Formats: sequence, C-alpha cells, structure tokens
Amino acid sequence: MENLLLLFAGTVLINNFVLARFLGVCPYLGVSRQVDTAFGMGLATTFVMVIASVFTYLIYHLLLIPFGLEYLQIVAFILVISSLVQVVELFMQKMSPSLYRALGIFLPLITTNCAIMGLALLIIQEGYQFLEALVFALGAGVGFTLAIVLIAGIREQLDIADIPYALRGGAITLIIAGLMALAFSGLAGVV
Amino acid sequence: MSLLRDFKNGLWNEHPIFRLLLGMCPLLAVTTTAVYGLAMGLATLFVVVCAEIVISLIRNLIPKKVRIPSFIIIIATFVTIVDYTMAAFLPDIAEALSIFIPLIVTNCLIMARVEAFASKVPVKRAIADALGQGVGFTWGLVLLAAVRELLGQGAIFGVQVLGEGFPTWGIMGLPAGAFISLGIILAVINQIIRFKHNRTKEVS
Repeated sequence: MENLLLLFAGTVLINNFVLARFLGVCPYLGVSRQVDTAFGMGLATTFVMVIASVFTYLIYHLLLIPFGLEYLQIVAFILVISSLVQVVELFMQKMSPSLYRALGIFLPLITTNCAIMGLALLIIQEGYQFLEALVFALGAGVGFTLAIVLIAGIREQLDIADIPYALRGGAITLIIAGLMALAFSGLAGVV
Repeated sequence: MSLLRDFKNGLWNEHPIFRLLLGMCPLLAVTTTAVYGLAMGLATLFVVVCAEIVISLIRNLIPKKVRIPSFIIIIATFVTIVDYTMAAFLPDIAEALSIFIPLIVTNCLIMARVEAFASKVPVKRAIADALGQGVGFTWGLVLLAAVRELLGQGAIFGVQVLGEGFPTWGIMGLPAGAFISLGIILAVINQIIRFKHNRTKEVS
C-alpha cells in the first residue's frame, strides 16, 4: 500500500508526465488558453488513460506474449487506443450527455496524445504489475491535469499583459512551461 | 517547379516546429545532444516519407470513413520497422531515445501531413512534401539540440569546442532548459519574420 502511494505521488509531482517526461506537450500548449477547457481536457485524458492502461496491459500479457507477437506492440496499442476513444465517446453520449457535452471535442483529440501511448509503453517497459499499472495511470492523469490547469491559469493572466511582439503565442508559453518545470524539479527531494 | 515549392515549404514557410508547433514531445525530450536530435530527425524523416508514399498511392482505394484508422496502421507499421532496425544496428542511440522511437506513431506532424496533403495529391508531390517536412523537422531538432549541448556540455556532436574553462549550464540538461531554449529560439524566429515582413512592406 505504501509503495502504491509513493508511486502515485512520484508520478504526479516528480516524474510529471508533461514537465519531466515530455509526454502530452501538444495539448499542454494547444488547449491551455482557459482554465475550464484545460480542466475538461485533463479529466478526459485521465479517464482514457486509466481505461487504456487496463486494456493495453491485458492485451499485452494475455494476447501478445502467449502468441509471441511482441513485435506487433506498436500497431496493437495504437489501434486499441484509437478504438477505445471511439467507444468511450459513443458510451458517454448515451449514458451521460452532460459529461459528453463538457468534454466534447477533446475526446477525439486524445488519440494523437502521445501521453496515452507513452503510458502504455512505459507500463510494459517498467514491468509494472496490474495494480501498479493502474495507480501509475491514475497518477499520470492527475499529473497531466495539474500541469495543464496551472498553465491555463497563468495564460489567462497573460492575455491582459503587454508582452513583447516576438514572445507572443508559443514562445512565452514555452518559457513559462520551463519555469514550471524548474519549480517541479525542486520537489524531487520531497518523496 | 511546384515540386520544388512543395519541398521548400517544409524548410521555412510551413516549418513543422517553428511555424506549425507540431511534434513537440520528441523535440523537447531527445534534444540533450545533437547526435540524438539528428537520429530522431532521420527516423521521423524515414517514417513520414514512407507513409506519405504509400498513402498517396492508395488514396483512391481507402473509403473516406475509415481513412484515419488506415493511416494509423500504415504509420505504425513503418514505426515498427524503424524501432527494430535501430535497436539492431544502433543499440546505444535506441536505448537513449527509449520510448520516443515507438512514439513517432503519435507524432502529430506525420498525421497532419498525411491527412492534409498525401491523401489528396499524386505521389510525386507527396514525396517532395514529405522530404521537405522531414528535413525541416530534422534541422529544427538539430538546432535545438546543438544549442542545448553547446551550453550544457560545451560541445557539439560530442566534440568539445568551448574549452575546459567554460562553466557548463546544468539547466540545459533538465526539462526546464528544453522548454526555455525552445521558447527563446521561437522568439528569435518570430522577430526575423517580422523584420522581413516589415522590409517587404516598405519596399512595396
């Protein structure tokens, strides 16, 4: 139990998916203009991450390994993730229209979010057990949500600031992300 | 003529990194030294060229509704080839790049070019575009990696150039250094474009 808690805290704060591992940087820069949408994106990503980690784990250990098909890993994972996103989308539309409306356009975008694919690959690479994989996925999602909501809050303030022409848009966002990464790396000694 | 224009588009006007902000994850993650940047760039170049050729050739055979999954499978196949080839012939580099080689499959640069370009044009133009985008992505990676390696280790491509006395910047090896140096490069490029733009306006 203590191990799992440490793994969770470490994944959220120290090995943060965006700020330390550079996974999911595209949505981090692209969908972080407003806190509301950033939070929606974070929730949708966390949701898909947890489900995708379960499915890719099971497929790898129950299907690819017994039949000696490890070389199909990349093709199988990306197919599982993209079809999973479709299924989740359909399911949500039926079961919870309000949540579906809130997440809206973010769901299809998640297929090309390398954080999901990276998560699936990391779980295999690190040799996590099933429960560890689940906690790792949850931590990755929470860490992503934390990072994207924080930067969205800063960017909302930036909209009313007078920024030099050359730094507007991507440049200033990247520099802020750098400062955030620096702050997060200061947490390395805590856990 | 138009082939040359398709190729040159990727080098500056529609540069995947500096103008379109695509493919950020591998860009930031692997650029600690110029060699890794170059390897990552060439691997991506191979995948984008092969994927654009195949997809352009079969573009009329794929039903519109299932085109995205078909593109993904084609891209994933070439990524698997790169992954296994690099693990066999360049084990050190493959180890250093670790999961970012398989992650080429989710590089939005490739999906974007395939969807917006290769699925609509004949194969000759697709090749020109893929080469332009691939080379453009590679020079972007090498530029960022060279800056980080020079300031972080005083070297370029592993060759010491700044001498023993140079105080190396530890931050350049950290994630923070990657974000900040890319932000500054982006700002410089914005300024160059603005300068050029103003000059052409004055002339006309």
